[in-house]
Amino acid sequence: MTNISLEAIDGTRAQPYPGAPDNWKRFFTFSTDHKVIGIQYIITSFFFFLVGGLLSMIMRGELISPETDLVDRTVYNALFTMHGSIMLFLWTFPVLVGLSNYLVPLMIGARDMAFPRLNAVSFWLIPVVGVLMIASFLVPGGPSQSGWWAYPPVSLQNPTGNLINGQVLWILAVAISGVSSIMGGVNFVTTIFKMRAPGMTWFRTPAFVWSVLAAQLIQLYGLPALTAGAVMLLLDLTVGTSFFAPERGGNPVLYQHFFWFYSHPAVYVMVLPVFGVFSEVLPVHARKPLFGYRVIAVSSVLITGISSLVWVHHMFASATPSWMRILFMVSSMLVGVPTGIKVFGWVATIWGGKIRLTTPMLFALGGIVNFVFAGVTGIMLASVPIDIHVNNTYFVVGHFHYVIYGTIVFGIYAAFYHWFSKITGRLYYEGLGKVHFVLTFLGTLLTFLPMHPAGLMGMPRRVASYDPEFAYWNVVASLGGFLLGISTLPFILNMVSSWILGEKAGDNPWRAIGLEWLTSSPPSVENFEETPVVIAAPYGYGTQQPLVEANPNPGLIQPSFMIQSPNSEAV
Amino acid sequence: MKLRAILTLSFLAVLLGFFSLWMAQQSYSWVPPEAAAESKLVDDLFSIFVGLGTFILLGVTIPIVYSLMFHRAGKYDFSDGPHIEGNTLLEVIWTAVPIVLVLGLSTASYRTYDKMSIQGPMELVHLHLPQLVEVANAAPFDNTPQKEIETAQESAPIEDIDVTAKQWSWVFRYPNQNVTSTELHLPVDRRIHLALHSDDVLHGFYVPAFRLKQDIIPNRVIDFEFTPVRIGTYPLRDSLYSGTYFAANQANIVVQSPADYQQWLADAAAQPPSPAYNQANFEYSRGTKSGNIGGWKSVAPASPPIVNYSPQPPVNSSPD
Ligand code: HEM
Ligand SMILES: [Cu+2]
Repeated sequence: MTNISLEAIDGTRAQPYPGAPDNWKRFFTFSTDHKVIGIQYIITSFFFFLVGGLLSMIMRGELISPETDLVDRTVYNALFTMHGSIMLFLWTFPVLVGLSNYLVPLMIGARDMAFPRLNAVSFWLIPVVGVLMIASFLVPGGPSQSGWWAYPPVSLQNPTGNLINGQVLWILAVAISGVSSIMGGVNFVTTIFKMRAPGMTWFRTPAFVWSVLAAQLIQLYGLPALTAGAVMLLLDLTVGTSFFAPERGGNPVLYQHFFWFYSHPAVYVMVLPVFGVFSEVLPVHARKPLFGYRVIAVSSVLITGISSLVWVHHMFASATPSWMRILFMVSSMLVGVPTGIKVFGWVATIWGGKIRLTTPMLFALGGIVNFVFAGVTGIMLASVPIDIHVNNTYFVVGHFHYVIYGTIVFGIYAAFYHWFSKITGRLYYEGLGKVHFVLTFLGTLLTFLPMHPAGLMGMPRRVASYDPEFAYWNVVASLGGFLLGISTLPFILNMVSSWILGEKAGDNPWRAIGLEWLTSSPPSVENFEETPVVIAAPYGYGTQQPLVEANPNPGLIQPSFMIQSPNSEAV
Repeated sequence: MKLRAILTLSFLAVLLGFFSLWMAQQSYSWVPPEAAAESKLVDDLFSIFVGLGTFILLGVTIPIVYSLMFHRAGKYDFSDGPHIEGNTLLEVIWTAVPIVLVLGLSTASYRTYDKMSIQGPMELVHLHLPQLVEVANAAPFDNTPQKEIETAQESAPIEDIDVTAKQWSWVFRYPNQNVTSTELHLPVDRRIHLALHSDDVLHGFYVPAFRLKQDIIPNRVIDFEFTPVRIGTYPLRDSLYSGTYFAANQANIVVQSPADYQQWLADAAAQPPSPAYNQANFEYSRGTKSGNIGGWKSVAPASPPIVNYSPQPPVNSSPD
């Protein structure tokens, strides 16, 4: 294993198909290539990450002092609604779909997704969602001001009386994003079930692919509930039906069930692929197999199952009867078991390895530590008596930002750095990457940790003004927020300049094991010249076992170290 | 594992144990003073979670940092680590321990919940059982708060107080004297019964010092019970986002000795009802002249409540 293939450094094979479309214009076309679509998703959603981030910094500017002295209350309320909605529906979901789109076919040795055209349609709906969301700033009355969960009756109050208002546009945008996600779900699940390379049995399938499967299964069972809730809300709002409107005899709490039946599992749609990223990144940079790979793989599917039975923990204070509170408390806490299994597996993976502190490794480990903290506060929130105190306070805001920023965004950054060379064929600048990590880690700590004490003291979430007793923690959080804003600059600089000027990377600069590393960087349109035949479990670090059957034409797609013992038996 | 690793890690584990205990103690200082019997129950439970949580968080972080320090590859070492795919015993242990842990934490939470016997959620089944029967079954680890709740339940009952939340004010009504107020006065050491109403949207009745919260739902009356044990003034906040002036929808809760409380009731009953100061109305009528950026059309606030008693608006009532 020590003889790294130097030949891989030679970039001449980067585009094995002469005339392969390698110009930037293809990113603006209705391309059906999963790699182009993956990049389209990633770049579009990163743009919205910056937009959402900008909104959050205006919010932190307002919150740096107790009074409402920067923006009007209606503006503040619109800001937190749009911040949350953009970050979820236009950044976290789509960027993960983009990563999965890029990686899954390569990791399972497929030429593309199962339904390439459907895939392109799913992507092109995202800009439509974006336009609707942004356009809602321009309609009279402004954007929705009812929070990302749009609880009625507040979401049904329409102060301008216009038929076209921010709330209607919001519901349409969410519904379209749901359609896009369902299409994606069907596509991913079919692809993973049907298109794995010959020899890739379930327990030879990379953990990332397992986690994407687990996440996309959630989309399939959960989204119909959210869509139904959204349609009823739209009807209540526009034609005056009475599903949720109390003044017409509707039941506003019913909406909460529809909403959380999907939106709790949705948090796992976002975090599962990131668990997958951790499981892929750690073995490569610690040069050890993923510890307890099978259990880690199966625990993803367990999470899919359990997470469908916990939604009421968001409603402990909503006049939920005691028996339901207790039942959902126990089920929610049980989610800690499969996630605990993963965390211990990751720690054991790096233990005793040959660790290199590359940028992706730093982001992965930082993400894991942040996730354990978020899990601890999650278990606290699952405990009914504790939640009754901190529900709807900044404690909850701290909890979920530790997951969504501290874990998911960290995991996404880890993935960007880890697969950068595969996607672009070039190396990023390690120094800038480390600067980015340090700023992001500090920024996360400063922004989101102070939210926990503020919440414990009793500061409600979604407030434009607050009592002076909370000022201290809010000043710290605001400064941290600005630091997080700054932390994206070295990242953008790094990505842009390395993509244009970076050193050529070769096919497998990390000497990683995995089908995606056996093909060229960037991969050709067809991904693989020959369909690989898998003969071993993933993560064969420390053995001489090859992952795939010897290729009749080895120089083309196999690094040389794979050729040494072509006939070792499969596991 | 090498001896050095075992020794270092066991030493760290002991340190970590003490540190977790210390954090569990500290957790009491992160929350407002315990002004209700329920607060003590919640704080004890929270302290357990904080202790265990600290242990777990650092128990994962320390081995990670340890391997980062001691298991690094040399600059020119391109070899692999040992090929270890897993370890069944370890995997069984780290599945079993979390299961036991979460079941234990669920049980502890259940017992605390039971002792608090908050009425609100029972509303759906309408069981007005004497709570004592249930509570007596749970052997308490510290029974002071529970005793306080029981004594309070036995002492002379206080009338049900009506609480009405609206966009954006709170009105409290004492039906026997027909007194209305925008400040909630309560006698100390009595079991308080509230009937929560909403006039418009969802609101949340949240008193951080009591560690209690209950959403209020239009068209429904929710019974809510608790036991204040500390004289003082505490903020009541709307906890469930209710629209434009949500953040300003606050009121005071004044816990008094029973004598003071009766006195206050009598004084208030003698006052003729008059409009109270209301922050939302104040800001709404002032419009967007305040110099803040932007502003969209808002739902109009309900007119200021007309009540027998309302506290003086803050002198520096520059609500900005
Ligand atoms: C050990 C696992 C976890 C547990 C036990 C847990 C528990 C909870 C509970 C009980 C709440 C409701 C708190 C309240 O509103 O009072 C909550 C809120 C939330 N959690 Fe978690 N959580 C866990 C992991 C996660 C993960 C992995 C994510 C995201 C990927 C996440 C994202 C959120 C979000 C977004 C909210 C707030 C939703 C809102 O009210 O706007 N949590 N969590
Ligand atoms: Cu949840």
